[in-house]
Amino acid sequence: MEDRSAIITDLITRQAAAHGDRPGFLRGVCGAAAEVLSASGAGISIMTDDGTRGETAASDSACERIEELQFILGEGPCMDAFTSRRPVLVPDLGDPAPDAGGRWPFYTPAASAGGLRAVFAFPLQIGAARLGVLDVFRDRPGPLTAGEFADALTVADVTVAALLDRHVQARDGLVREIDDNNYADGYRAQLFQAQGMVMVQLGVSLAEAMARIRAHAYAQERRLSDVARDIVARRLHFDTDKP
Amino acid sequence: MTTVSPERLAKIFVEVADTLVDDFDLIEFLQTLTDRAASLVGAGAVGLLLADERGKLEFMAGSDENVTLVELFQLQTDEGPCLEAVRTGRPVINVDLGAAAARWPRFAPRAAAAGFQSVHAFPLRLRSQVIGALNVFGTSLGGHLAEADVPVIQALTDVAAIALLQERAIRRGEVLSEQLQGALNSRVVIEQAKGAVAQSMGLTVDDAFAVIRGYARRHSWKLTDVAHAIVTDPEALARLKES
Repeated sequence: MEDRSAIITDLITRQAAAHGDRPGFLRGVCGAAAEVLSASGAGISIMTDDGTRGETAASDSACERIEELQFILGEGPCMDAFTSRRPVLVPDLGDPAPDAGGRWPFYTPAASAGGLRAVFAFPLQIGAARLGVLDVFRDRPGPLTAGEFADALTVADVTVAALLDRHVQARDGLVREIDDNNYADGYRAQLFQAQGMVMVQLGVSLAEAMARIRAHAYAQERRLSDVARDIVARRLHFDTDKP
Repeated sequence: MTTVSPERLAKIFVEVADTLVDDFDLIEFLQTLTDRAASLVGAGAVGLLLADERGKLEFMAGSDENVTLVELFQLQTDEGPCLEAVRTGRPVINVDLGAAAARWPRFAPRAAAAGFQSVHAFPLRLRSQVIGALNVFGTSLGGHLAEADVPVIQALTDVAAIALLQERAIRRGEVLSEQLQGALNSRVVIEQAKGAVAQSMGLTVDDAFAVIRGYARRHSWKLTDVAHAIVTDPEALARLKES
């Protein structure tokens, strides 16, 4: 388990290092996601909280068309995953059931015509902080294995972290390990509590609050769980006048 | 030693079933359930943990949510009765914490130091899958389970599993994965809201949670919706502060 996570983290962060620009980075992540998940391709749509779409990236031009399709038609797995804040898993797009292909009367036939047989959409989010959606495309029907599903969640988590860290990496040109996933000593809940606190301290969005906490951990070369504990214990305070 | 009267039992199951209406709030429901389980057998605390798809156990709801207790629940992602119940699919009953240091070197001493004498864990089963565990802590005052208590608590645990599905007839395994991820993310939103309220009102995160819960109850709003509004809408946070 830990090894898979390390491999995926390495793969995604290498995309961040290889591409200075965000479109290039997102395209790289899509390629890496497709490779890890034995998919024919992947797409990412960055979205703001009101559902407005920002940039879109995909592993290749065919996938980019499928990714674009849902915004043209106004329906699709990406939008549903964003709205419901849950993964949307459709292993057989040809299944007309209302919780499978039948869910999207316009998207399904159009995407099928483009060769799509299965689609799996994963929100790029931390709690209520939403950044967008990762879509995984396959040209053959069939479910993700338990291992692939776990890997897809890891890809989504690492992509969120990489998106939040973009400005840090651009400045430092390196990716330092700050995520320790330490459940035992600094339980993860504390990191999310700290995120809520910093949001109020700085008057910024939840996503920005997490980006600031992570940037602080990078700058001070500390573990995220330690930084979070200090914030919750009020030993560390983020001021507006000290960016 | 407890002997639960059939009348009391019937009342609790009716109450729990009543909560399972069309549009119920999962986390609130699980809180009610852990609360009733605790009072039923006179336990010091009861908590519910969900296993995510990567094998980590995540705290979802408890009869009490103080920091020490949540850490005790969360610690079991590495070792402890819940991890055993999840791995074996069988309940762990009446383990004396004072004599369990060899079995759980990290968990047992910390649970004993928190004032608990005994511990139990019941697997949260869904068909062939185990998706989490219900954790019961006993004190010197109560919480030792009599033989007749075991099927009662297991039945309450099974009700929790049914609630997690939300949709009555699930055709596909994918829907369960979608639901579980949604539930885990809702829990993250609650932690974020706790932090925001703690910061804005100068409270501890424990007290912040009581404020959010009370506010949701007074207005008959769903806990998850209130938590979400707090971290995405500054006006919602201001209204809660004024109330």
